[in-house]
Amino acid sequence: MADTIAPINPADASAPRQADVRTEEMLVNMGPQHPSTHGVLRVVLRTDGEMVLQSVPHIGYLHRCAEKIGENVAPYQYVPYTDRMDYLAGMNNNQAFALAIEKLTGLEVPERAKYIRVMFAELNRIASHLVAVGTYGLDMGAFTPFLYCFREREMLLDLFESACGARLTYSYITIGGVTDDLPDNFVDVCSEFLDYFEPKIDDYNNLLSYNHIFVKRTGNVGVISAEDAIRYGLTGPVLRGSGVKFDLRKAKPYEIYDRFDFDVPVGLPGGTAEIPRGVVVGDCWSRYYVRVKEMIESVKIIRQCLRDLPDADEKEGICNKKCKTVKLPDDEVYMEIENPRGQLGFYVKGDGSAIPARVKARGPSFCNLCVLEYAGKNCLLADIPAIIGSMDVVMGEVDR
Amino acid sequence: MTQFSVPWKQSPPIEHRGPARGIVALARFVYKVATPIVSRFPGPILIAAIVFSTLAVWAHWELFGWVETIAVSDLNGSANSIWGQSLTVAEIGAYLESKSVFAGGILKYLLWPLQMELFRDLVGLAAIFQLFNLIPVYAIWWERKVAGRIQSRMGPMRVGGWHGWAQSFADGVKLVAKEDLVPAQADGMLFRIAPYLAFVPSLLAFLCFPLGSYWVFRNVDVALIFIVAMVGVEVVGVIMAGWASNNKWSVYGAMREACQMVSYEIPMTTVLLVPIMTAGTLNMVQIGDMQSGGWFTWNAFHNPFTFIAFITYYIASLANCKRAPFDLPESESELVAGFHTEYSGFRWSLFFFAEYAAMFVVSGLAVTLFLGAWHTPLPATWAFEENSLFNVLLNGILFSSPFWFIFKCFIFIYIQLWIRWTLPRIRIDQVLYSCVQVMFPIACIALVGHAVWMVLLDGTMVSTVIRWVLGLMMAAVTFGFLSVAAFGYRNGRRMVGYLAVKQLPGS
Repeated sequence: MADTIAPINPADASAPRQADVRTEEMLVNMGPQHPSTHGVLRVVLRTDGEMVLQSVPHIGYLHRCAEKIGENVAPYQYVPYTDRMDYLAGMNNNQAFALAIEKLTGLEVPERAKYIRVMFAELNRIASHLVAVGTYGLDMGAFTPFLYCFREREMLLDLFESACGARLTYSYITIGGVTDDLPDNFVDVCSEFLDYFEPKIDDYNNLLSYNHIFVKRTGNVGVISAEDAIRYGLTGPVLRGSGVKFDLRKAKPYEIYDRFDFDVPVGLPGGTAEIPRGVVVGDCWSRYYVRVKEMIESVKIIRQCLRDLPDADEKEGICNKKCKTVKLPDDEVYMEIENPRGQLGFYVKGDGSAIPARVKARGPSFCNLCVLEYAGKNCLLADIPAIIGSMDVVMGEVDR
Repeated sequence: MTQFSVPWKQSPPIEHRGPARGIVALARFVYKVATPIVSRFPGPILIAAIVFSTLAVWAHWELFGWVETIAVSDLNGSANSIWGQSLTVAEIGAYLESKSVFAGGILKYLLWPLQMELFRDLVGLAAIFQLFNLIPVYAIWWERKVAGRIQSRMGPMRVGGWHGWAQSFADGVKLVAKEDLVPAQADGMLFRIAPYLAFVPSLLAFLCFPLGSYWVFRNVDVALIFIVAMVGVEVVGVIMAGWASNNKWSVYGAMREACQMVSYEIPMTTVLLVPIMTAGTLNMVQIGDMQSGGWFTWNAFHNPFTFIAFITYYIASLANCKRAPFDLPESESELVAGFHTEYSGFRWSLFFFAEYAAMFVVSGLAVTLFLGAWHTPLPATWAFEENSLFNVLLNGILFSSPFWFIFKCFIFIYIQLWIRWTLPRIRIDQVLYSCVQVMFPIACIALVGHAVWMVLLDGTMVSTVIRWVLGLMMAAVTFGFLSVAAFGYRNGRRMVGYLAVKQLPGS
């Protein structure tokens, strides 16, 4: 509906005008303290009444020199800092950095640890998408799905806690493996959770995804075409919502993702049995729904992991013994993985010592946020939270 | 060796100043006295409240009616002035003794001032003000409990003991005792006036709101117009608040409120004409009493058009008192807090009170105009003769009483809460689209259709059949809802899953 309302350009002389009614543009600061900017994002909106003519994101309020710290500590000490970047997907961040260092140094990872890594990366993907889906409902004014999502996320966090003792900043996946082996009954508890969780996704769909008001609010809003999505360097669900079937887990399988059977969901046009009418490829609803579908795919992967999980090897352990003593060769490496938000890459350059000469992260939230100026113009004020929410940015990772 | 200090142990207790001091002390005292009682006997207190509200009309008649009667008729001539100087304590006492109820004692001294109309009005106003305070307080508490249940958590559980019944009182005391903040750049006078402008009209609407056939503060002939006007005036306070705050989000909230209120007043008042047409009067008491013949005589079931009008009214009333999915003026995720972003403490609580009072007023209008006002589904012609207090109580529970009016209003408030915690918020263009393109045409169709129906079909067989069909439909919906609710209540744990039973306190 947003595209049918064209703003009146004051400079355009041919535009219809009323003699005595004049509107003025107003600059509004949305953030850095605003409920729906998901952290400390500041968006400067140029508005004309309820219309938003331009929205410019301003970032940097959460800058903590995360990359510079990487040049001062050994890699295994840096792992906890990667948790703090994208604090909703700590496991995936740990995994990305660990894979980069392993690629650089050639450290071997025990077989069981590989499965545990994939399993926790996918569990964390579910946890992260639960937050994304829930807070997206919150942005649209539906409070209840948010708490349902958090109810399920609590159980996931219980699983994480049972494995590594932490509920948010795990540092569980570390260089050369994982920090600790799973508790004895983990496989049973985890499959119990999956059995419980899978039907809940239908609940979210009935409550939120297929809600008429929700579809009206998000369908055909903030549309990003496939070409523009690629041009802006978008990744993750934001890219797949635009209909581009690209997922690093399939396209360039890292770790052991090539052993699992799963699909890559993409945004589809509306009007079918699954996708409601009013949805177009690349709108907010598609991006949202890709996340919902990805949770189902993650459940599939975790089930296969639990099925194939090798037994613990006493000799090999769960983590490579050399992880703390390894020297980084005088070489550079770039390793990318599929984070819940997109492609998270770590560039690490060694200089022969135990401390990297340079650490650089390519964050998906940061790259996805740059499309806000493109998507968030000539729309209504209420569409801005819808667009920002569908990007699912985490400011800790944007500002690093 | 330095001693380790614990800051929170050393900080002195907060000193409240001015009126807040007294309020806090009173709250502490009441809390100490009331908490053990309410926590121990929640059930009996609830039953007592129902019995009291059922007998309230009778008690009111006994206390006020007698005094009024003797002032006007028994002592004819001498007591016609409003001050009633000629009536002495002894005379009232004699009169009460002749009625042989509450004979003698201190009661007659207490009742003596009531012969003066001014005092009667003051007592009535105090009662209305109390009702007006208690309804939002309990609506807020209830909203939090309902939201908790819907979201599989508990809601307030601590303050006061039994299900956090005193939570709203505690919040109120906190809000009153808070610092009074006015932004430096705000328009001070408008900023201070605005909450009262939002709050007082909803209070005024209660003045001519009948809770029973004989229980209305002022039985005004144009009560309906007065109430609708008072609900509409609230928007002025909101716009004032938004403008005076000197905050862009507040202005957005205020403009949305203005736009939404002005649009939705039109379909709302248009559909209100439908029951007025049926009743032929604007007097709320008369409209209510016309629906005393059982549930199938309620205005909503008169014909399909009144039924449509009822639904339309309810949706429009949601928009009119800023409830979800029309809560755009204060939409948290878009406008921070909308028009009351800059408000805090007591002034903020006035906005809150106004909102919940408005919810009660619009629900009360729906109940009075469409759903049988203070009558139960049973026809009033079956009522017992009121020759004993027990029969009065029985009639109140079975046939008509203020309790039923408040009960029905709270059912509609419940539906408002239910909608709020289920649906997302709609966008401003969709709000206006649904008003202008959907609601208003439907309202017009309902109005014209009802007029035609009244001319052509009223009183015929078709009308009676339709009335029964609609009534049965509504009864089926109500029964279905109750069954679903009962099933959910019985099987809540099973529906949430057995993992939840282990982990979640609220499931």
